[in-house]
Amino acid sequence: MPDLKEITIDKEIDARGSFCPGPLMELIRGMKALPVAGVLAVLSSDPGSAKDIPAWIQKARHEFIGAFPEQGYTRFVARKTH
Amino acid sequence: MEERMSLIVFSGTVDKLMAASILATGGAAMGLEVEVFLTTWGLEAFRKGGYKTNMKISKDFEEYGPVMMEQMMAKKVPSWMENFKNAMEVGEVKIYACSMTMELFDMKLVDLEPIVTDVTGVATFVERAKEGRITLFI
Repeated sequence: MPDLKEITIDKEIDARGSFCPGPLMELIRGMKALPVAGVLAVLSSDPGSAKDIPAWIQKARHEFIGAFPEQGYTRFVARKTH
Repeated sequence: MEERMSLIVFSGTVDKLMAASILATGGAAMGLEVEVFLTTWGLEAFRKGGYKTNMKISKDFEEYGPVMMEQMMAKKVPSWMENFKNAMEVGEVKIYACSMTMELFDMKLVDLEPIVTDVTGVATFVERAKEGRITLFI
């Protein structure tokens, strides 16, 4: 996983406190709105996101940059590839 | 086989509608074609505006009803209706009303929430569901 400090995040969505599948839905909406090559971060406190978000990114053929754990939540970072 | 998920929503209680709506959202998010067949109490729950006052919970878990509703409000969990709307927004979701229930309950398509796509018979639904990968009765 790359160093978070070296990644330029174009948009960050705070989906903490939102329940499954809320954070994933925020990510999907965010990706739709983002220009190609843009980097999106979604903050989630839902334990389901750890598997759901990478699974969706793979299915949608975008680039999963990483899941960065923070205090009580995780920052999921992905790049829109198409 | 199509990448399709078919849900038969028979129940009209909030707990089961919630489960159905989350499954529909997951299916839509993962790129499956989702078809929902509303019948009996499941269709009754889609009467225009009815979801706003529906507080029913499965009989077996009735004593948990008030706590569940409180928790859902406190934690701002989206309603099952919002989930279905979100599912339609991110993917391909169609919601069909069972024609037999429509007759039984004297309903017309205009009496239902606008997210109900069309009225269909059971044969059509089964014909389409048989080509799918996942079929669930809720």
